[in-house]
Amino acid sequence: MEHTQGQYKQKENCRVIRQESVGNHIYSLWLHTETIAGCAQPGQFVMAYSKDKSRLLPRPISVCQTDGNALRLVYRTAGEGTREFSSLKTGDFLELMGPLGNGYPLDEGEGKKVLLLGGGIGIPPLLETAAHLAGSVTAVLGYKDEIFLKEEFEKFCPVVCAVEHAQDDTADAVTGNVLDAVRKRELAADIIFACGPTPMLRAVQAYAAAERIPCWLSLEERMACGIGACLGCVCDSVHEDEHLHVCRKRVCKDGPVFLSTEVAL
Amino acid sequence: MKTKIRTSVEIAGVTLKNPVMSASGTFGSGTEYAQYTDLNRLGAVVTKGVASVPWSGNPTPRLAETSSGMLNAVGLQNPGVEVFCQRDLPFLKQYDTRVVVNVCGRTQEDYCQVVERLSVEPVDMLEINVSCPNVKEGGIAFGQNAGALEAITRAVKKYAAQPVIMKLSPNVTNIGEMARAAQSGGADAISLINTLTGMKIDVHRRKFVLANKTGGLSGPAIKPVAVRMVYEAHHASGLPIIGMGGIQTAEDALEFILAGASAVAVGTANFQNPCAMADIIDDIEAYLEQYGIDDIRSLTGAVDG
Repeated sequence: MEHTQGQYKQKENCRVIRQESVGNHIYSLWLHTETIAGCAQPGQFVMAYSKDKSRLLPRPISVCQTDGNALRLVYRTAGEGTREFSSLKTGDFLELMGPLGNGYPLDEGEGKKVLLLGGGIGIPPLLETAAHLAGSVTAVLGYKDEIFLKEEFEKFCPVVCAVEHAQDDTADAVTGNVLDAVRKRELAADIIFACGPTPMLRAVQAYAAAERIPCWLSLEERMACGIGACLGCVCDSVHEDEHLHVCRKRVCKDGPVFLSTEVAL
Repeated sequence: MKTKIRTSVEIAGVTLKNPVMSASGTFGSGTEYAQYTDLNRLGAVVTKGVASVPWSGNPTPRLAETSSGMLNAVGLQNPGVEVFCQRDLPFLKQYDTRVVVNVCGRTQEDYCQVVERLSVEPVDMLEINVSCPNVKEGGIAFGQNAGALEAITRAVKKYAAQPVIMKLSPNVTNIGEMARAAQSGGADAISLINTLTGMKIDVHRRKFVLANKTGGLSGPAIKPVAVRMVYEAHHASGLPIIGMGGIQTAEDALEFILAGASAVAVGTANFQNPCAMADIIDDIEAYLEQYGIDDIRSLTGAVDG
């Protein structure tokens, strides 16, 4: 359940506990929430609203971690809106709506060898997923150059980093992308949960199909309403969607996590 | 004792409990927003465009934010009139609000087919979308030429059992001429403005931000243009007007009403605040009380000068 007043869901004004930079243009923001953190599932997201009313649209940001009533968002500054969020200090407030979307089907991973594949700013939503599935999970984290959040994943699972612009392979990092790392380290999996840029997801989708591994992908798209009404954030689907009656799915409402065989990237 | 303030308005014989409705395309068929706001409070729900068959819409990205505005190029994705009648309309009929169905098409026959299908349904009014800038055929082509607008108005009126609102495009030279054309064709009301055609370019990637290259600009950025056009359309035709374009507050809504609108629609503001319409309704009532106005209808076109 989201934050509700009476029978209606509503936005929540959340107090900043602390914020720090964890990488180049990457920020970690802990917020105190009344209800969002308590019900957020790994892979879900929140809409974050700018205080500058000339920026009309909320920014979708994935849930990185929760701890009781505390919610952690790890995001990259991409424009003025996220830059505004990055200037928030302890005691400031940020308006959020959520949690939104479906999240990863953790049940599917129970008792199985789970491979988490994260690329760039698609890494943060996998942290809480790793925490939930600790014991049977390996994380492969793909970076262009700078590594972030690695130590935090290591609290829950073995981690292999894939660094695109690295010179040589090392003990805990290989050069190349996440699939290069999977192949080099011969990482077997019963199920894959992935999040990252579309080219990476497309490659993961093909890999999962070739290896016949069930695979769930978390997609990113520009959003406006965040609740499935405006149809701004659709993706293509393999089959006609039951609700939309065309071969599209709403990333905000039907996703952001989809079975790799149901979406066309 | 406080005098009873009248907030209800009439458009083409249909009474709305208040002048605030959703703007087509921003509110779906109300299903999703019903979890965030009380649809019973709204003067009307105006649905997303409904076509004769399902439409897939445009490729993504479909959205871009601009300063005090946003561009969309959704392209009228919709599940078609049959699904609308069987699923969405029964949902809306659970609420004590008026239902206005926005109708889109590629050809005159498309529009007439949807209008005829809806003639047997419990729909209060039809809004004919001849002003969407995001579809290649039909749509705006009917809304940018006075002769074509008059002709399609006359055609849909033949099949319509409900009052017909023609939704006008701002992407024209003379909005008054378009208002008169709708009137000549037999329209019962007009709504304006639809979005202004716009474009955004990513200078770092040297690419269009929208897959469709162009999109419809909405939000407070377009409000002064919209208020001016409502004023001109009000003076050019005697038709009731539903005014829209960047309304975020009751004051914005009242500007449109003073310029000549009988009712208003709220669109983009719903994305910032899912309760925007309920807040606007409350604040309109407060304004009426503050100025001792007992009937909101007395404000339509009541700007001095």
